[in-house]
Order: sequence, then structure tokens, then C-alpha cells
Amino acid sequence: MTYDIIIVGAGPAGLTAAIYARRASKSVLVLEAKAYGGQIINTPDIENYPVEAHISGFEFATKLYEQTVALGAEIKLEKVTEVKDGEAAKTVVTTKGEYTCRAVILATGSENRKLGVDGEDALVGRGISYCATCDGAFYRKKTVAVVGGGNTALEDALYLADLAEKVYLIHRRDSFRGEDATVERLKAKGNVEFVLNSNVTKLNAGKRLESVEVTDKAGDVKTLVVNGLFVAVGRIPENQNFAQLIDLDGAGYAVSGEDCITKLPWIFVAGDNRTKNVRQLVTATADGAVAATAAVKYLNEQA
Amino acid sequence: MAVIKVTGETFENEVVKSTVPVLIDFYADWCGPCKMLRHTVDAIAEERSDIKVVSINVDDESDLAEQFEIFSIPCLVIMKDGKEANRTVGLQSKDSILSLL
Repeated sequence: MTYDIIIVGAGPAGLTAAIYARRASKSVLVLEAKAYGGQIINTPDIENYPVEAHISGFEFATKLYEQTVALGAEIKLEKVTEVKDGEAAKTVVTTKGEYTCRAVILATGSENRKLGVDGEDALVGRGISYCATCDGAFYRKKTVAVVGGGNTALEDALYLADLAEKVYLIHRRDSFRGEDATVERLKAKGNVEFVLNSNVTKLNAGKRLESVEVTDKAGDVKTLVVNGLFVAVGRIPENQNFAQLIDLDGAGYAVSGEDCITKLPWIFVAGDNRTKNVRQLVTATADGAVAATAAVKYLNEQA
Repeated sequence: MAVIKVTGETFENEVVKSTVPVLIDFYADWCGPCKMLRHTVDAIAEERSDIKVVSINVDDESDLAEQFEIFSIPCLVIMKDGKEANRTVGLQSKDSILSLL
């Protein structure tokens, strides 16, 4: 069958788009590479989503998934590798097969940006982590470093300061992009040492990470003995497979306004993978609604 | 088969002495990605009668977590003939887990 809409990505944006599309009586297939829920499943406690004062990311994702399935959306765990234009129907290619549809919503989100230092991949799970709330507990009373300068890095450092004996916060500049209030809270902690104007240039490891080498702007090198390194240097939008079809900005985000439309009338973008100022749960779900409504309007005009 | 919960006491019999490959799911109750991955692990346990699938709670079984040097979860470890043959950290697709077996 040819679906009305195929949605790529089952995070909050993609699943909300599915809800809106189903309520407009469109047939919907959601394709997801790993697991539904997206990035929010890493969050232990969501405190800024309207109505629920506290909800875990897992519970949020599960409720959203159940709501989407109950409305009749199909969800398959397959990674999308390509989207192809066509006269009669558009084709979405996955690692397992091909599906056809009339409109596509890209809600692929983003993945962790890596440090790009030799040996990084091999040390994931052996000292290197991209999720402080997942792995912080393994570093109780140990020495860790956080690298990054945004809110995620600052919040990770704050979270780890309560668990670890010592936390180094490594940042390539001397000021932070993240919130001043969090920086002040970090300064008030007795066990957080700021390592500024510095980059991680080498990872020293045996079986596990043993120390990191940092180089400052002046070229001075110093070695920090750590048990763990938490990498929080930003995220990369997952648009690589669609670069031939839609416009991406320099950082790889799909170029779009709040209307979620792209240069192609049948492709829409929703959530963290598009250009926008505020990447939050509530703006992701809002995008889902906007993109699906626009897709439904497009389909109805074609009919 | 369902996923078998393994403790320090049952580890030797269930994992080390297993005659078939064992997929171990190291998890914690507070870990969201672990709960997501568990859906996939459950599905593999149902489908594959030629392997054994077990889970280990890293908070309850800290000795086992230490023995395996678990520092990130979810962590899947594949055991063959009582020895670690492979491991993976973080959320994985079903296919990538199966390819490790």
C-alpha cells in the first residue's frame, strides 16, 4: 500500500506528528532506527512540560507511543537510508525494504557529537560516556571530567559533583554558553575545577580510560588523571541521508521556519533536526503538530 | 523464552556453565534507555531458542557489575563458553544486537 504520510523518527516530534495525521484520517507509517522516544528517554525527570509537574522521560515516551499506536499509526523499527522523489509516489528506503507514500515528515532528531580524539570509540563504556544521568552512578567517589560549555555540560558537571569526589570541567573558551546561574552553582561546589581555554587532545588508556591530556591556548599540555570523561560538546542533526533533497545549513540542520516546510512541497521537518532557536520537548511536539497539519493540507490539496 | 534475572548466586550456573551463548543485559531501574532496550531484548529472548537471555541489575548485583567493569548502561555482553565474546553499550537496533551473537 501507499501510505499518506511516512514519518522518519519516533521521538516526541515524530510521534506527535503521527497523532495529528491519524486524527486527520491519514494513513501513517513511522520508521525508527533504534527505539521510540528519542533523546527524552535519557531524562530522569521532566519538569518543564505543561500539565505534568514531574514525569520521567521513559514514562513520557511510553505514554506517547501508546497514544500513537492506539490511534492507528503503524510503527516499524527500521533505519531509513534514503528518500526518493517520484511522480506517483515517493519511496522511503530502509535497511529492510522500501515503502511508498505521498508525503514525508523528517523528525530524525540529533545524535551526540563526538570529541574526535583518537581512541574515543573504543573507550565508550570503558570510561567515556555521553550521558551523565545514565552513567554518573558508576563514578561515585571517583574523579571525572566533563567536556563542553553549553547547558548540558554544565548540568552534567553539577549532577556529577554530587556523586564524584572531583569534577574537572574542560571548556575550550573562557566563558560558557550555558546559563550563568548554573555556572555560579558550580563555582559554589567545592569539588569542581574549571579547566578553561583548553581542549582534550589525547586519551590515555589501558583497558580503561586512565587520564586525559588537555592543551590550553598557549600550547601548554597537562594531564588530568580521571576515571571517567563525560562528553557534552553538542549534538549533530541526523539529516545526512537527506542532504540531496532538502537544504541544510552549515551545521547540518534542515533549513525551515516555524511552518516546518522545506523547499520540496512533500517533505516537512519537525523537531531537533531543523533550524530553530529553542530545542525543547514542548517545541518538538509543537513541530509535530505543525508539520502534520501542513502535510495533511498538502495531501488534501493534491486530492 | 523469557529473560532470566541473574544474581551473584545464580551467575555461575546460568551464565558460566551455559552450553549455549548467553546475552546479558546489564541495566538499572533508573535508566530510561535500559527500559527501552529491554523491549528489544525481550523480543530477542522470545525469538531465539538457541541462546539464553539474562538480565543483571547493576545496583543489586554490584559485584557482578564490577567484575564485568560496567561503567555505562545499558550494556549488553555476549558470553560464549563462559567467556566474554562481545559487548555493546547504549541503545542498539535489534539487527545490530543479533549481528553480535
